[in-house]
Amino acid sequence: MNIYDFKSLTDSIHTSLSVNLSPSAVTIIEFIIIAFAFMMLFTLLGLILVYAERKIAAFFQLRLGPMRVGKWGIAQTAADAIKLILKEPLVTKNADKFLFNLAPFIIILSTFMALGAMPFAKGLHALDFDIGILYLTAVSSLGVIGILIAGWSSDNKYSLIGAMRSGAQVVSYELSVGLSLLTVVVLAGSLQFSEIIASQEAGWWIFRGHIPALIAFTIFMIAGTAETNRGPFDLPEAESELTAGFHTEYSGLKFAFFFLAEFVNMFIIAGIGATVFLGGWMPFHIGNWEGFNRIMDFIPSLFWFFGKVAFLIFLMMWFKWTFPRLRIDQLLRLEWKYLLPINLVNILFMAFIVLMGWHF
Amino acid sequence: MDKTALILFVISAIAIVGIGMIFSWIVAPKSKNAVKEEPYECGIPTKGTSFIQFRVGYYLFVIIFLIFDVETVFIFPWAVVMKSMGMTAFIEIVIFFVILGLGLLYAWKKNALKWD
Repeated sequence: MNIYDFKSLTDSIHTSLSVNLSPSAVTIIEFIIIAFAFMMLFTLLGLILVYAERKIAAFFQLRLGPMRVGKWGIAQTAADAIKLILKEPLVTKNADKFLFNLAPFIIILSTFMALGAMPFAKGLHALDFDIGILYLTAVSSLGVIGILIAGWSSDNKYSLIGAMRSGAQVVSYELSVGLSLLTVVVLAGSLQFSEIIASQEAGWWIFRGHIPALIAFTIFMIAGTAETNRGPFDLPEAESELTAGFHTEYSGLKFAFFFLAEFVNMFIIAGIGATVFLGGWMPFHIGNWEGFNRIMDFIPSLFWFFGKVAFLIFLMMWFKWTFPRLRIDQLLRLEWKYLLPINLVNILFMAFIVLMGWHF
Repeated sequence: MDKTALILFVISAIAIVGIGMIFSWIVAPKSKNAVKEEPYECGIPTKGTSFIQFRVGYYLFVIIFLIFDVETVFIFPWAVVMKSMGMTAFIEIVIFFVILGLGLLYAWKKNALKWD
C-alpha cells in the first residue's frame, strides 16, 4: 500500500527546501507551489471536462462531435478558451456594474475552495479539516449567491428568472446533498475526509452500508446533479426558454468563468460521491481474494480516485443527455415531497442499523 | 497549516478571476455601440427595467429551506457521535425527527410546498 504514498513526495520537497531556507520562506514557497498546482488543475479540469462533455453528448446523439482542431478535436476547448479571452466583455446599459463584475469572483471562489478539500490520492490532500464535509457543504453553497447576483445585476428578464429558479433549486437540493452525506457519516463516525476514507479500508460504504447507503447514494447523485444546475435540472439556463439563464448577458472571459465553475462543480460533486460512498482512493477489494486484492493494490491511488470520479461524471452526463428537462413545480415537488422525507427516514434506518451493528 | 491554507485558497481564487479579467480587458477589442448595450431578450426591444419585485413562491421555498438547513446543522454533530453514544443518541434523533417531520407536514398541509 505504501509504494504510492504521496506523503513521501511532499515530505521530500519539504526537507529539500528546508535545507537552506528559513521556515517562513519554506512555507511561502510551498504555498505558492500549492496555489499554482491548484490553478493549473482548475483550468485543466475545465478544459478536459468540456471536451469530454461535447464528445459524450455527440456519441449519445450518434454524431462525431469536435473533430477539426487537433487529433479527434482534442485541442478544441483550448482554442475555445483563447477565443473567449479575445472576445469583448459586454455590459448592458442599466446593469449594476459592480455586482455584475463581482459575480464571477464569488462563483469561482466557492468552486476553488471546494476543490481544495478534495482528497486526490494517498497523502495528496490540501485542506484536510476535521469538519471536512461541513466545510464543503458550506463553501459550495456560496456559489448560489454568485448566481443570484449575476442574474439580478444583468438587467435582463431572462437572467432574473434563471437566477430565481437557480436560487430555489440549489437551495432546496442542498438539503438532500447534506442529509445523504450524513447517512454515511453516521456509519463512519467522522466528518474528516481522510478518516472517512480510512474507515473504508475493509470495503466501500456503498457495499457495506446495506440498503440505506444505496438509497443515500441515489439521492446524492440526483441532488448533486441538481446542485450543479445540470442534466434534467438545468432550468436556470434552459436554453429553449431563457437563452442562457443567469449568464445571458455575460460574454468573453466572464462567461467562461461561469462555464468553468459549472464543470468543476461537477467534478467536486463526483469527487465527494467517490470519497464518501466509493472509498475515495481506496482500491477495490473483494472479501478474502488475496491475489485479486494484491493486484488491485498495485494500481496507484491517484488512478482509483480519478477513475471513480470519471465514472460518476459520466453518469451525470448520461443523465443530462437521457432525461428531458423538469418543470419548476416538478423539480420542487421531487425534492420536498419525495427526496427529503425519504432522506430523513433513511437516516433513521441507517442509525438503527448502526445501533444494532448490522452493517459489515 | 490548514487554517492558513484557507486564506491561500481565497487569494488564489480571486487571483484567477482578477488576472483573467485584467488580461482579457487588455487584449479584447472595445467598441461602443448603443445596440450592443441593450439587454438580449431574443431580439425584441426591452420594456422597462428588470429590477422588479418578483414572484413570492421562490422566497417561500427559501424560507422553508432556512428552517431545514438549521436543523441539518444540528444533525451534523449527532451523526459524528451516533456510533459511540448508541441508544441515547438514537432515541434523541427519533424525537428530533418527529418534530422536524411535523414541521414538514405542517408546511405540506398549508400548501407551502405546492407551486401554483
